[in-house]
Amino acid sequence: MTPPGSRLLLVALGIAALGLVPTLAPPFYANLLVPFFAYSIALIGFNLLFGYTGLLSFGHAMYLGLGAYAAAVVAGVLGIRQFELVLLTAALAAVLVALPIGFLCVRYTGIFFGMLTLAFGMLAHSFLFKFYHLTGGDSGMRVPRMRILGLEFDAYNKIELLAGPFYYYCLGLMVLAGLTLWRIVHSPFGLQLRALRDNPQKAESLGVRVRQLRLLAYVISAVYGAIAGAILGFRIGLADPELVHWTHSGHLVFMTVLGGFSSFVGPVVGALALTLLQDQLQSITQYWRFVLGAMLAAIVIFFPRGLAGIAIDSARLLARRKQPQVAA
Amino acid sequence: MTPLLEAKGVSKLFGEFCALRDVSVAVQANEFVSVVGPNGAGKTTLVNLLTGLLVPSSGQVFFKGHSISGVGPIALAKRGMARTFQLVQIFPQLTVAETIAAAVVSEQGKQWRLFTALSGDAAVRQRVEEIAGIFGLSGRLGHAARMLSQGEKKLLDVASAFALRPEVILLDEPTSGVSTSEKHALMKTLVGAAKAAGVKSVILVEHDMDLVAAYSERIVALAQGKVIADLPPGPFFADPYIVATVVGKRLGTNARHQGP
Repeated sequence: MTPPGSRLLLVALGIAALGLVPTLAPPFYANLLVPFFAYSIALIGFNLLFGYTGLLSFGHAMYLGLGAYAAAVVAGVLGIRQFELVLLTAALAAVLVALPIGFLCVRYTGIFFGMLTLAFGMLAHSFLFKFYHLTGGDSGMRVPRMRILGLEFDAYNKIELLAGPFYYYCLGLMVLAGLTLWRIVHSPFGLQLRALRDNPQKAESLGVRVRQLRLLAYVISAVYGAIAGAILGFRIGLADPELVHWTHSGHLVFMTVLGGFSSFVGPVVGALALTLLQDQLQSITQYWRFVLGAMLAAIVIFFPRGLAGIAIDSARLLARRKQPQVAA
Repeated sequence: MTPLLEAKGVSKLFGEFCALRDVSVAVQANEFVSVVGPNGAGKTTLVNLLTGLLVPSSGQVFFKGHSISGVGPIALAKRGMARTFQLVQIFPQLTVAETIAAAVVSEQGKQWRLFTALSGDAAVRQRVEEIAGIFGLSGRLGHAARMLSQGEKKLLDVASAFALRPEVILLDEPTSGVSTSEKHALMKTLVGAAKAAGVKSVILVEHDMDLVAAYSERIVALAQGKVIADLPPGPFFADPYIVATVVGKRLGTNARHQGP
């Protein structure tokens, strides 16, 4: 089988396995995986900016927060309890916020881009934290239960809803988000992003509109973040300012690096690994952050291509070992 | 006839330092012009001004009759001017095919297509194969650019610029870093490709006087930021003062014999 074919099969198997979780495992696990779907969506988008465009944002949690607060405003304040409308609003809000901020940030690269995005993230956090009458300050804003696909699911309590219909809904969203971004990175636009990542000066001389393309990548990644944030808001039932905190942005970077930013599925692997690992570690030791920190250091030093890189390399190694047998 | 590319009284200051002083150069359509001069004469500054990478401190640059001062490389690529850089410029992680395709996408105006598969675009693929064929890179299409030999990287660098269908191409020392034995072969490929790709004018910045003598129709010599000669190869190489200034020493006879 060709490598792309086997990779596709692996992804299909993974999705099928995830589809079986609510029926085979206790609701606890399905409930645990809902944030994983949200982070996967956020990170697939985040990696368009990081892995494919070469811009590392340290303020991306801002857009997750934006999505959650959009859910709180639309469903809570305005009382429009339709999750699809919330997603749409979150996406639109992300475009409106990301356009001016991105316009300023993509003029810079490297550490300057990172610091500028960090600064905007901190501004957003203090805005949410201090404007108590608007945002609820440190207590955040409530995100009520919503209809999904126009259905109320009255018979389910919140846990059952999250571990059942909402679980499948988010799995579907993740697949859709993944397919869309897969198309984007394999489009002419995606190619020019990778070109400008590798060598912006050469790219410009080839007519690549470096800044505009960077801006569009930034806006797309913001939309992905906001959709993820709306999911997180629904699940927690709260739009919390801590969603926007810079440590949460660091969390996104951590998951991306853990999974590997040089492959498309790497960030998804990272999101899954960290979601499960954090859950396990938290039940074992209160020093789980220490363990995670040590792991990140080890990954960066020994496996810069992350968990996905390790998997791909070992699959290649296996295939190479098998080859002589096939020939014989 | 209006020149295709023209610098009129261009000066460039970097702080106190005057890199170019009142330089006027014109390149006609279907002309091969070389820019020569000792190190620090202002050759690369001139190229950067001609390609809009730098804005002149005074004077103006015209391309097809329009001022292009400060227009920037992206707009110039669209208008029909391409360039290569003195140090080889590649996209390390892209394949040969992807590198050329990146330029073809610009040329065909497809950079805003977000949801169409590049691999299914026959027009792009055809053009990529055509360009790769001209430059002898057909067998390398799937190779990562960083894995190529130095000479092949150079070819790829120029090939991607040619993919823009430029009318004018500026080659900034295309043979630097290439061994002496490969230089002539590389230049032959480049000049042949320029003809095959329909490039009207070539501007060559080059140290190697053998190459300059072999290909140029006109030679512009710079020294200390000023034009000291703008002559066809015959009279150029016949003037011992100019040759001595440009090369730093008297040139052997073989360069003159290779002149057209």
